[in-house]
Amino acid sequence: MGCAVPHWRPSATLATLKARAELYGSVRSFFAARGVLEVETPILSHHATVDRHIDSFAVSAPRATGAAHVGFLQTSPEFAMKRLLASGSGPIFQIARVFRAGEQGRYHNPEFTLLEWYRPGFDHHALMDELAELLAHCGIAGPCARLSYREAFERHAGFDPHMLDACTLRERLRARGLAEPQGLSAEEIGDADFWLDLWMSQVVGPCLGTQTPEFVYDFPATQAALARVRPGTPPLAERFELFWKGVELANGFHELTDADEQQRRFEADRRWRAAHGRSDLPYDRHLIEALRAGLPPCAGVAVGLDRLLMLKLALPSVAETLAFAGDRA
Amino acid sequence: MATVSTNEMKAGTKLLIDGEPYAVIDNEYRKPGKGQATNTIKIRNLKTGRVLERTLKSGDTLEVADVEDKDMQYLYNDGEFWTFMDPKTYEQVQAGKEAMAEAAQWLKGEEIVRVTFWNEVPLVVYPPNTVELTVIDTDPGLKGDTATGGSKPAKLETGAVVRVPLFIQQGEKIKVDTRTGEYLARAGK
Repeated sequence: MGCAVPHWRPSATLATLKARAELYGSVRSFFAARGVLEVETPILSHHATVDRHIDSFAVSAPRATGAAHVGFLQTSPEFAMKRLLASGSGPIFQIARVFRAGEQGRYHNPEFTLLEWYRPGFDHHALMDELAELLAHCGIAGPCARLSYREAFERHAGFDPHMLDACTLRERLRARGLAEPQGLSAEEIGDADFWLDLWMSQVVGPCLGTQTPEFVYDFPATQAALARVRPGTPPLAERFELFWKGVELANGFHELTDADEQQRRFEADRRWRAAHGRSDLPYDRHLIEALRAGLPPCAGVAVGLDRLLMLKLALPSVAETLAFAGDRA
Repeated sequence: MATVSTNEMKAGTKLLIDGEPYAVIDNEYRKPGKGQATNTIKIRNLKTGRVLERTLKSGDTLEVADVEDKDMQYLYNDGEFWTFMDPKTYEQVQAGKEAMAEAAQWLKGEEIVRVTFWNEVPLVVYPPNTVELTVIDTDPGLKGDTATGGSKPAKLETGAVVRVPLFIQQGEKIKVDTRTGEYLARAGK
């Protein structure tokens, strides 16, 4: 109370700002040496994400300007970068400012920085290799262990996540004495992914990468997002996440290249949002057209650079890595 | 009925949950990259002091408790009620035994205290963080005992009993931390 810092002052120290600049320098030298092209794509788009649990900021032009449209701040540069890939860019990376409404906490700021890159010809395992090499190049010690989503749950939750239904997942969470959210709908209670997310964010995730960073790969097909699904029993999404000190740092896909399947997923997400009172937004039709024209087989990943810097410098929250965090932006 | 959403709940926000007033101590936002976000709030029951955790879906709202903190001056105790005065408006209020559970043993009169009101009734009275009180009863210290080692109980003028170093004598004024009940230092006479 008595030690409040005036709001005009930065959230980060000068030493941290220098460390951020160094990190960006390391990232750029890493990709320059590998022939991965740095690109920039629009921050303000006609389209929005329709991801069920990510909300875009809508931006409207002043009426006096005569500009009729409403735009959206990007929540990730993914769609635009895939359009570049489909037009023959080859491997590309971007350090992008992204915006997600309502995400505020120790590890979240509504405006943050993603490092995102795409590698034609890679699968998710080859991209995990490269991400581990990038971390080493940025002075973050490996080795980066790799375990499947199933192994992560077996090790830290004590069960096979592909075998249990929503009801059992819920009972086990209760038996562990973990508080479950109040006021759940019948649909949420019956949704295994809802309970797996809770297990991941409250139990499994915090146990991952306690020493050196750790990859989790091959997610349930129902959590594929924009990853391709590998047929099998059960079918698995070729998706990975990176955890360090219990914090999720990166999310990557062996990318879905099937336009029809992508469109079905967008439509399903959009219906879900409408049914749940979330804003109904236009998904990126250009992306569907780009996939139709042909996205080369590739893998892509997004890394939260603020969190990476926070962990590298052992800071307590992402706010300390930002010149001005959300509360004083 | 005023409500507050999970992302507006800060340390100090007052909530009404199951008919009881709570203060938020901490609010942890968790979100798997592609999944449902939750907020786990750590809250203190303002009546019982008990601390507990609740998990909410991000974006959910809770009712705000009509709780207000006021700095007031302690006037007197009539055996049943403790009377306090707002130094700005001279308005007086009375607090009962339950609200005084923390504060009663530290107050002798005229101190400025923090009074928490719930629906305009005093809910908890917090004593100043430190008070200076006179020792009215303690065993004489043993010769040779100085600043180091050993302590003994001492009764203060308000009735509180605290542990003091052996060199403290009856009639001395001492400074005490009311949050821990610990002796801090000798106070000037």
